[in-house]
Amino acid sequence: MRASASPAFLRPLATAAQWLTTPLLPEDYFGLINPLWGAEELCGRVETVHAETADAATLVIRPGRGWVTHRPGQWVRIGVDIDGRRHWRTFSLSSAPDRPDGRVTVTVKAAHGGLVSNYLVRSTAPGTLLRLARPEGAFVLPEPPPPRLLFVTAGSGITPVMAMLDGLRPDDADGPDVVLVHSAPTSADVIFGGRLRSLAARWPRLRLHERHTQPEGRLRPADLARLCPDWTERSVWACGPPAMLDDIAAYWTGPADGLHVERFSLVPSAAAGSGGRVRFTRSGREAEAGGGTPLLAVGESAGVLMPSGCRMGICYGCVARLRSGQVRDVRTGQVHGDAGEMIQTCVSVAAGPVEIEL
Amino acid sequence: MPATSRPVPFDAEGFGRELDKIRDEVLASLGERDAAYIRRLIAVQRKLELGGRALLFASWLPPAWAAGTTALAVAKILENMEIGHNVLHGQWDWMRDPKIHSTTWEWDFASPADQWKHSHNFVHHTWTNVLGKDRDIGYSAMRISPEQRWHPIYLAQPFYNALLALFFEYGIAIYDLELERIPSGKKDLKEALTQLRAVAGKIRRQVVKDYVAFPLLAGPAFLPVLLGNLTANLARNVWGHTIIFCGHFPEGAEVFTEDRLENETRGEWYVRQLLGSCNIDGGRLFHIMSGNLSHQIEHHLFPDLPSNRYGEIAPRVRALCERFGLPYTSGSLARQAGSVWKRVLRLALPGPSPQRPAAGPPASFKAAA
Repeated sequence: MRASASPAFLRPLATAAQWLTTPLLPEDYFGLINPLWGAEELCGRVETVHAETADAATLVIRPGRGWVTHRPGQWVRIGVDIDGRRHWRTFSLSSAPDRPDGRVTVTVKAAHGGLVSNYLVRSTAPGTLLRLARPEGAFVLPEPPPPRLLFVTAGSGITPVMAMLDGLRPDDADGPDVVLVHSAPTSADVIFGGRLRSLAARWPRLRLHERHTQPEGRLRPADLARLCPDWTERSVWACGPPAMLDDIAAYWTGPADGLHVERFSLVPSAAAGSGGRVRFTRSGREAEAGGGTPLLAVGESAGVLMPSGCRMGICYGCVARLRSGQVRDVRTGQVHGDAGEMIQTCVSVAAGPVEIEL
Repeated sequence: MPATSRPVPFDAEGFGRELDKIRDEVLASLGERDAAYIRRLIAVQRKLELGGRALLFASWLPPAWAAGTTALAVAKILENMEIGHNVLHGQWDWMRDPKIHSTTWEWDFASPADQWKHSHNFVHHTWTNVLGKDRDIGYSAMRISPEQRWHPIYLAQPFYNALLALFFEYGIAIYDLELERIPSGKKDLKEALTQLRAVAGKIRRQVVKDYVAFPLLAGPAFLPVLLGNLTANLARNVWGHTIIFCGHFPEGAEVFTEDRLENETRGEWYVRQLLGSCNIDGGRLFHIMSGNLSHQIEHHLFPDLPSNRYGEIAPRVRALCERFGLPYTSGSLARQAGSVWKRVLRLALPGPSPQRPAAGPPASFKAAA
């Protein structure tokens, strides 16, 4: 029921309007006409989808009211409804901020077996409504940017760097000196391949090295020293698979604050249904949970003020927000859990370490 | 398998397993179709409300007043029954949409959502029709079962049942505060006051909206708008009261004593839910307008399954009851409502002596299982 991001002079009006719409908000009615007008729940509409490679696509999104401009390199959480259920995933914004048309883009690579990425790349039609969170992330260049930069990217790791490159404009004589080393299986798999090559052709201060790993093998940190001899003196920004980032970090001999990495992959959860450490974030309590004890009981014996009801999965008096980890439904044996999902604690057991917002 | 009237020993667990199977099938098949249903329903409800209020602004035309009031009444009924009640049950929580979620929903009803979730989802749905436990029927003020001792106050119950119908939402909100438990110390006075303040806050907002703000906005149409809103609210209350009383009180619905709860298994719980509930026959529109509480049996077996699925599984539940020799009570609205009123009127007077367990199979089910 909080006042939305409207100008100050409109706020009393908005409060007055709430007396007419109680128990709903005015925007619940405006939303009937255009969901983008609501500020309570930030939305975006997909306007176009264009293929970048065989398994990657860029979504041009018109963000709704309440969107704040991102900084290049930041990511955004996107909520997608697939088969009736909302799924949240994180994607880097691939567009430069403040595009004249106000649109933002994310570029998604369909991961093998990835429900959301495949849906976004292959099944999203223009007009699809997405939920957005505010842009976040510290993988952003300082202002002004360092004079000499090295970007090391692989696969969809190029997406935040694309947004950065757009803002850097190494065509200025006094612009930064940029080296980009990007890995992809083949030339055809390079996301933004055409755009990167034409930028490199136009901007003498941008050097592009494409590594095609299918013929040439994976990039080794030693290769970096060869491709860019002064790499430890540069400000290095790396984004790609965990193995590549680990390699680079292990090999890095420059100053600790000279290497910036952005990880995309999640750490896989522990074996399903095995129980695990449960942390209740609001009350700050922790407990070790067995694979057979419902989280409700775990919390109660840990002294957490757990909402509860029927304790048999019917009344939903016990639902709480899952911050991280996965749970197993004792009734179905199904393991599930997205960050932010509301779970019934009375019929859920920990499947690995779990954080609950209680 | 030929339907026998009372298999002995009665296999409550077998019955429960079959119901679990239905439940699992529905859960596994929830998807886009269901999400589209509730979203569309919510959109229709909001447009009906806007349309109704707009028409009422033109209510110097008598047809506009009638049409606006009807639209608003229908919108309010949908909001309470097919949307609010069911969202608050968590039926749509699987969508993970915070805008259509049991933990965030608030409704146009005097009971604040969190209080309602406790008294209804938990107390009523867990202890359905158990005398002394289910406050839905343990109404201190109503005698709806011969097991309840008669008192002269019950002579007035036909009158105050009618009054309750008119002011249903307020009656429920006040009743759910369980004020009668304060003297015995079973309920904390401070807690009751906090809840009372929440109820008062909600009532204030509703009253300001329907009886002050919109009439004032209508200017010269102040009075017709106020009367239209009042009529819509009363119609919604009477409708809700009628449907809800038809769910547990018509002829055929069983009540239970507390000993029934001892070591009750999941299968026995299912049987109790079935025996304590009654369906109302009708068409698709009627089911939606009743919030699918016309499928009270299916709702009580599976209170968290989306309501649009109750009608689909009803034939299977019915067939299952036949197979296990269990009664499945259903009747037209007129019959069920008539039956409820008959009971209210009859039990206003002393007697009759309780007939159970001879009246039906349930008591023996418990013993045999």
